[in-house]
Amino acid sequence: MLTINHFLALSAILFVIGVVGVLTRRNVIVIMMCIELMLNAVNLTFISFAYYLGDMTGHVFVFMVMAVAAAEAAVGLAIVMALFRNRETVDVDRVSLLKH
Amino acid sequence: MASIPVPDISLGAIAPEITLALTAVVALMLEVFAEKKGRDHIAYISLVGVIVACFITFRLAGDPSWTTFSGLYVVDRFGQFFKLICLLGTGMTILVSVKYNKDEGIDNGEYYALLLFATSGMLFMVSGSDMITIFMGLEVMSISLYALAGYTRKRARSNEASVKYFILGSLSTAFLLYGIALIYGSTGSTQIDIIAKAVSSGSGVEAVLDLGIVMLMIGFAFKVSAVPFHMWTPDVYQGAPTPVTAFMSAGPKAAAFAAFFRVFNVAFPSLQADWWVIIWILAVATMTVGNVIALLQNDVKRMLAYSSIAHAGYILVGFVAGGALGSSAIMYYMLVYTFMNIGAFAIVTVVGRKGEEKTKFSDFTGLGYRYPLMAVALVIFLFSLAGIPPTAGFVGKFYIFMAALKHGYVYLAVIGVVNSVISIFYYLRLSVMMYMQDEPGEDLPPLVFAPSLIAVMIVAIYGSLWLGIMPAGYISFAQSAFLAL
Repeated sequence: MLTINHFLALSAILFVIGVVGVLTRRNVIVIMMCIELMLNAVNLTFISFAYYLGDMTGHVFVFMVMAVAAAEAAVGLAIVMALFRNRETVDVDRVSLLKH
Repeated sequence: MASIPVPDISLGAIAPEITLALTAVVALMLEVFAEKKGRDHIAYISLVGVIVACFITFRLAGDPSWTTFSGLYVVDRFGQFFKLICLLGTGMTILVSVKYNKDEGIDNGEYYALLLFATSGMLFMVSGSDMITIFMGLEVMSISLYALAGYTRKRARSNEASVKYFILGSLSTAFLLYGIALIYGSTGSTQIDIIAKAVSSGSGVEAVLDLGIVMLMIGFAFKVSAVPFHMWTPDVYQGAPTPVTAFMSAGPKAAAFAAFFRVFNVAFPSLQADWWVIIWILAVATMTVGNVIALLQNDVKRMLAYSSIAHAGYILVGFVAGGALGSSAIMYYMLVYTFMNIGAFAIVTVVGRKGEEKTKFSDFTGLGYRYPLMAVALVIFLFSLAGIPPTAGFVGKFYIFMAALKHGYVYLAVIGVVNSVISIFYYLRLSVMMYMQDEPGEDLPPLVFAPSLIAVMIVAIYGSLWLGIMPAGYISFAQSAFLAL
């Protein structure tokens, strides 16, 4: 029997996987994928709560989050393109001109 | 036939945002039809848009507070005051950018369009009375800023700044969203006054609610660059084009603080006894780390970045103090900070020269004799940032620490005062270098001061001095703005 707790646990696990990925991965593209994972974990939380509460606000919020995630990905990829043109790398460890 | 209720929509309430968005579209279109040379008119048309938005905001500020768009958007004096700060920051940034962008070959309409879109996001954010509005405003602002930070796209430092800003900014957005989702789950609403009712009646699920509040706090702490969530600030501020840095340090910070303050004081006042401790720790850490690391910097932009972290700490002191006094102190400080900080960055754009090669402390030596007026202006801004009377920074700090003392946070006020003494050291160090040391031997062409830049400096000096000498009017404006919250 699936209860809301299962869905919340799943989204919490997905969120944590995303956070760990952002903190440990070195490739900017993979980091962006981890951020998408975090945002989708949030969407799952919203939908589960909306279904559980019988309320529409959560559904509306998910559409907002999806739109924002798309915009963020577009700008993020453009930034990565600009970086790659200049430095020929997408490795965040090698992007370290600004130390001191 | 069942009638469908139409929610009340008052476009008049969001007229400033509409004005900015339309001006941004006009700027984009002008870019298409503009000649290769002589594109200053795009900047000035954008400035007109900002000024019109300012007038509309002023007109709306007179009314008592009211909500519209089914409770998504609130028009009150608190919001209008912060909107004016954001618009002031944008207007000054546009003027700083004119000459800089021409030198760097980035005088495009897109730049001004992004500035204006970011500003409209900020205005939505400070007036949001629902998490949806706050989140959307925050994202419109942040996404525009990611692009702006990397606007000089041929410069490797600028790329790096925007990549770092993008990664950490999106990470903080995800935390903020997860916080909103959990709060929604435990209270059943995203509207902050309904959340407040659910929280104070204790009907929410406590564990989920607490986790949500902590996540929300992490998200906001990232946006206002509070320690330990400040790692992005120095890199982004140093790498981004200087006018963009000036912009980021003023308006977006004010907007983030406004939303932070509104959410915590409207939605969770009943839990104040629990969260003030966390903000207290954030405030102390932010002030101390910001000031101590600023002592060690050799780059003026990076030093100003750490100083901006420290200033976020002072503002958090006002946040802890809370109440009418604390909030009006925050508002006054944010206003003063916009003037003095953009003024200081404006001078860095000139001294930095093309490509921003000359932003080290050593590049400022001897400027006091070659450019006496500019040096005096910079000294005024630095003294104001340090909080030395009779500048506005002094009044702002005094007011914040007084609010903390009045509400019984004696240790916090003492730590704040000690910190502002530490900060005097690095601000004075730059001033001393301008007057007490000889110029470096190399022969450099004279610095060029464009009329638009001189206009910004005059506004900034007026703000940094007049608000310090005659603060009463502005303070009472800030106080009346809180009472209507």
